[in-house]
Amino acid sequence: MADDLFKALADPTRRIIIDELVERSGQTLFEICSRLSMKHRLGISRQAISQHLAVLEAAGLVEVRREGRYKYHDLNTAPLRQITERWPLPDGPEESSP
Amino acid sequence: MRIHLTSVFVDDQAEALRFYTEVLGFVKKHDVPLGEKDRWLTVVSPEEPGGTELLLEPAGHPAARTYRDALVKDGIPLAQFAVGDVRAEFERLRGHGVHFTQEPLEMGPVTTAVFDDTCGNLIQIATQAQ
Repeated sequence: MADDLFKALADPTRRIIIDELVERSGQTLFEICSRLSMKHRLGISRQAISQHLAVLEAAGLVEVRREGRYKYHDLNTAPLRQITERWPLPDGPEESSP
Repeated sequence: MRIHLTSVFVDDQAEALRFYTEVLGFVKKHDVPLGEKDRWLTVVSPEEPGGTELLLEPAGHPAARTYRDALVKDGIPLAQFAVGDVRAEFERLRGHGVHFTQEPLEMGPVTTAVFDDTCGNLIQIATQAQ
């Protein structure tokens, strides 16, 4: 499961998709495509973006929500906690002892 | 060559005429009976009565539903209309209970939003910076 997560994060386009979903969760495929082409000047086909979303979905970072005839993509950053749990920082600041 | 007329498939022409005129604010241009219940039904912008007509085409063809459902699922609009201020129009239409699949989004010189026309299609509205 962690492998899926790291694989998903390894790609810059997928990280941009995550950045855009942070700005607004609940986007259609069309909105994600618009943001990548208009804001980031990424010339990627809609099909390729669909495939990136499928990788993010497999890693649990994107959740697909169907609402009637529409389909929205929501961000779920919960799986990222695995990373901090795997390499935790020591609790609290070290200079706390007198 | 110029664009004289373009069309959207609509589930119900009477309901589409109501939405496109009463809610969106277009005006009826042609309404000619065709066959038993279909009409040659077009609307135009009140700002350009002689401009491009929009044909509200009956969506009776079996392929139309499949086509439109697939586009709506992915949020892809069928047509784009220009408005003076996307945000103001978004608020106005939302006040009429119109459902937006994409809220106003600024992308450099253009701001867009996408709504459901209640007749089976998604429509994009856009404001281009002067």
